[in-house]
Amino acid sequence: MSVPILKQGTYLIAVIQSALGDADLLMLQNDLTEMVGESNVNGVIVDVSALDVMDSFSTRTLRSIAYMIKLCGAEMVIVGVKPEIAFSMVQLGLTLEGVITALDLDEGLALLDREIGKRGENG
Amino acid sequence: MARNDARNQRKSSSAPEKPDELKVELVDHFRKKRNDLRKLWVEQMTSKSLMVGLTQKEIDKESAAIYDTCVSCLETGRFEAAEEYAQKMAERGVLRGMTTEQIIGGMLTLRDVYGRSLAEVYRNDMKRLGQALDVYEPVANSILSIVALAFIQEREKLVAAQQEAIRELSTPVLQIRDKLLILPVIGLIDTLRARQLTEQLLEAISDRRAKVVVVDITGVPNVDSKVANHLIQTAEASKILGAKCIFTGVSPEIAQTIVSIGVEVSKMHAVGDLQGGIEEAERMIAAG
Repeated sequence: MSVPILKQGTYLIAVIQSALGDADLLMLQNDLTEMVGESNVNGVIVDVSALDVMDSFSTRTLRSIAYMIKLCGAEMVIVGVKPEIAFSMVQLGLTLEGVITALDLDEGLALLDREIGKRGENG
Repeated sequence: MARNDARNQRKSSSAPEKPDELKVELVDHFRKKRNDLRKLWVEQMTSKSLMVGLTQKEIDKESAAIYDTCVSCLETGRFEAAEEYAQKMAERGVLRGMTTEQIIGGMLTLRDVYGRSLAEVYRNDMKRLGQALDVYEPVANSILSIVALAFIQEREKLVAAQQEAIRELSTPVLQIRDKLLILPVIGLIDTLRARQLTEQLLEAISDRRAKVVVVDITGVPNVDSKVANHLIQTAEASKILGAKCIFTGVSPEIAQTIVSIGVEVSKMHAVGDLQGGIEEAERMIAAG
């Protein structure tokens, strides 16, 4: 199942609806990086609140997507990780190091606004 | 001795006469002798000092009620009344601090009083005594186990309630202002408690949309490597939920443990005391 990606202003919002297979994740990676490259996007939000499990491959892929998007000059935030999943991820050593995370879509948008605002000030 | 004889005889006896008739006879007997047997029972219990802490009036009332309940169980062959009474007795008994020994001992005494009185009545007819005991003993045993079970259940309920209370008291997550939670940890943390602490904290972060959590471990004497690791993992999981963890009140011993187990200290945000931690948290929230 492919992940719908919505464009909202200068942000992209990808809401994962159900558990994704490895191929779906790679497709998400392609779609997101391409869209960031093509259009005027400076922020990406990936909402994983529908997921009940985060395995090592999806964690790693999400992390790679975040790094790729950073290289394309945008910021990515992962939102909606459930408390119990967050802890089991940490216990399994599946960290999202270097990736910004937030509680839900609202918080993620606010966080992007701040991050990008800061970047604007510095640059 | 007499009972053993009776039992032997019972085995050899041919088809017993209708048990119902015998039951009616026994019930009649116990009803007729009600006052004598009850008095005897109370006397025996008093001599075993099973009646400590009860007034004479209570003794009279309770013993009469128990006596009648038992007889009516024998009569009807149904134990609902006994179950209900035992339940009530258990609730009151535990409340008043009566020991299980008192209750069980009392019921055993009553069983003996009944049994002895049957032996008295049928002492000249061993066969009949055997049959009477056949009718009486299963009922007496059932009543006894009902009472014992009621007491054990009552105790278990109490223990479960207390454990629940301890569990909830041990890890309060406090919100002191918007986006700021405090988790004061007091006392030893074992693995079970560490897990509860994590669960409650992560749930609270998600429910109250916290941005910063101050984990105060001033009251923790020491931690082992497993628990230290658990605390660090909790901090990382909080970060995934978008909340930063600040540890305060880390004692020198705990600091040594944490460093010697090789945790990346750079990941840990620590401030000396709770006050400093809250100030730092305020700054972080203000800065976004």
